[in-house]
Amino acid sequence: MTAALRFDPIRLPEKCEQLRKEVRAFLAEEIAAGTFDPHKPNREDTDAPEFSRRVGAKGWLGMTWPKKYGGQERSFLERYVVTEEMRVANAPTRRFFVADRQSGPVLLKYAPEHIKMDILPRICRGEICFAIGMSEPNSGSDLFAAKTRATKTDGGYLINGTKIWTSSAHIADYMIAIFRTSPPTKENRRHGLTQFLVKMKQPGIKVNPIGQITGQYEFNEVVFTDHFIPDDHVLGEVDGAWKQATSELAYERSGPERFLETYYVLTELVRAVGPNPDTRSAEGIGRLVAQLHTMRRMSVSVAGMLQAGKEPVVEASIVKDIGTVWEQQLPHRVRDLAAFVEETATNRETLEHQLDFAIKTAPKLTIQGGTTEVLRGIIARGLGLR
Amino acid sequence: MAESDNIVVETAEKIFADLADPQTINNDKKNSWQAPLWQALSDAGLPLSWVPDDLGGSGASLADGFALLNAAGRFAVAVPLAETMLAGWLLAQAKIASPAGEMTVLPASPKDRITLDADGALSGRARGVPFAKAAKHFAVLAHGKDGISIALIDAAKARIEAGLNVGYDHSDTVTLDKVQPVTLKPAPKGFDQTTLMLMGGVARSLQIAGALESMLDISVRYSNERVAFEKKISKFQAVQHNLARLAGESAAALAAATSAADAIANAKAFDNEVYLEAASAKIRCAEAAEKGGGIAHQVHGAIGFTMEHILHRYSLRALAWRDDFGSESHWAVELGKLVASRGADELWPLVASR
Repeated sequence: MTAALRFDPIRLPEKCEQLRKEVRAFLAEEIAAGTFDPHKPNREDTDAPEFSRRVGAKGWLGMTWPKKYGGQERSFLERYVVTEEMRVANAPTRRFFVADRQSGPVLLKYAPEHIKMDILPRICRGEICFAIGMSEPNSGSDLFAAKTRATKTDGGYLINGTKIWTSSAHIADYMIAIFRTSPPTKENRRHGLTQFLVKMKQPGIKVNPIGQITGQYEFNEVVFTDHFIPDDHVLGEVDGAWKQATSELAYERSGPERFLETYYVLTELVRAVGPNPDTRSAEGIGRLVAQLHTMRRMSVSVAGMLQAGKEPVVEASIVKDIGTVWEQQLPHRVRDLAAFVEETATNRETLEHQLDFAIKTAPKLTIQGGTTEVLRGIIARGLGLR
Repeated sequence: MAESDNIVVETAEKIFADLADPQTINNDKKNSWQAPLWQALSDAGLPLSWVPDDLGGSGASLADGFALLNAAGRFAVAVPLAETMLAGWLLAQAKIASPAGEMTVLPASPKDRITLDADGALSGRARGVPFAKAAKHFAVLAHGKDGISIALIDAAKARIEAGLNVGYDHSDTVTLDKVQPVTLKPAPKGFDQTTLMLMGGVARSLQIAGALESMLDISVRYSNERVAFEKKISKFQAVQHNLARLAGESAAALAAATSAADAIANAKAFDNEVYLEAASAKIRCAEAAEKGGGIAHQVHGAIGFTMEHILHRYSLRALAWRDDFGSESHWAVELGKLVASRGADELWPLVASR
């Protein structure tokens, strides 16, 4: 037997529970102070730079990184707890989340020392925001079709081309992007891409917001015109970014943010049905909770694998596939059940408001972070089918 | 499947591989494999894994026993191994020694109830009791006016109407009419029918997860052998994506079942957290059996629908096991009620408690 994938039942250690209490207390204070409303996932003011700094001051950014870069040298499991509590509370994490999850670890691995010393502590303090420049017009999940060129010049590179669907580029201080430094070879169509650290708000970069069907502006088109990047901003191997990019993905694909994005509607449904639900509502809630619990156990298990230094690419892809399909269906299942909620439910308006937003959000969930089709391709490769 | 470093599982897998190869079993219409398999399992002390030494068992840990059930699921083993283990475990709760031979537990459904009357006799009806027809003894949970009791009874004293479940295994209706038990003792404090159903549900979850692991394995293998439209069907993207979904369902079932088993093995009591784990496992594994089994049959095409092929040994059993110790509908309603009664703001703390 060869195919089965094991997700060992990792339990969060005791110190995580203490941390969880601290995070909940912090969030309760922020809510009381009016920083954000946990019942309103679609707040307009998602930027929250001051909140970001306060999270940094708590030591909850760059938690797993070395202390000399401002990190705390804590475990992935501790970071996991902070992430899920923030997500469940609908805290405004947009400004720091990408840097904490993804950009920081890339810099740690591939940036020269002076850049690490400059940037990582600022991430940890919650002062700077990152974007990820992967997709391009007509490429998207097909990363290796990227065309934006980085042409070698004196002391660096000149960038020309367009990135698109870049979340937070309009507020970002930096972007980690993949550009084409050489054409692909016949033997390897993945060859020729290089990862760069881009300083935003510089000459030669124009950010154009793109409206989303939720009514929000979160992602952007980023146009580069003879934008100069110095040599020491190359991250890792020239022409070899494909090797680097794939190992990043386990971080992006298995975390609690991959099944909790529409979670709030479930809480609100439970509130609306009250303590004595009819059989139909009880069954609906029971199934959703069982599915949620199972995914969370799988996701915690992957966090345990990351903590153990493994690269669980296939396992993370499974969590992302099942998790995002689930969070996409969740608002629709809650809508089914909400049809029977009493008119007198005190939170009826909040629930309807949340459903309206969650249903508009749902279509993107299986697209961001690698489409379902791409993930199933990775899983199929793991099964030995390709 | 990773090589097991667990001696109980290793022993069981060797016995299953030697005496319960699904292909051999499937071709043997006279079931002549059953007696030697049961003998070998008994000689190794496996059916009484969960019974302490001083009560006649082999005293394995709960964790080892759960791992054994998962292995049994991978072989879709059709002898009352899980049932005898559960019966021995139930008897041991009341410090009742286990006899040798096949056993099963009553009731096997949360709806059925066995009662204990004033002169110590047991009455009631239990439907869908797995392998009742094959059992020499029953371990019974009964409600009396002084609370819950656990009893060992002689199967010959019960009336048994034979039935078959979806997987063609015996699933019988057992009627007790003032049956005097061999032994009867009060259940420990807090132990009730729900406890038995949760434990049985987790046992079935592990078996379902094991069956799905095997369905994934044989489906992947078949897709790499079968040629259609001049290609191996494993090279078609649609087939690959179906198999990726099957892998997801198999992984989800295994994760839910092993997590619940781990929770029970390490818990002090069957509290709300264990309830969440065990009920969730049964619900999610049942869903996986439906979705995953469907994909396994789709990949195999018509050949997988025949009695000659082994696929049905896994797919139909996984579907049948959904019905024992509370269906997923039952547990979903109960879990939903628990969540609702605790209130909206306690949902996340419950989920995050695990």
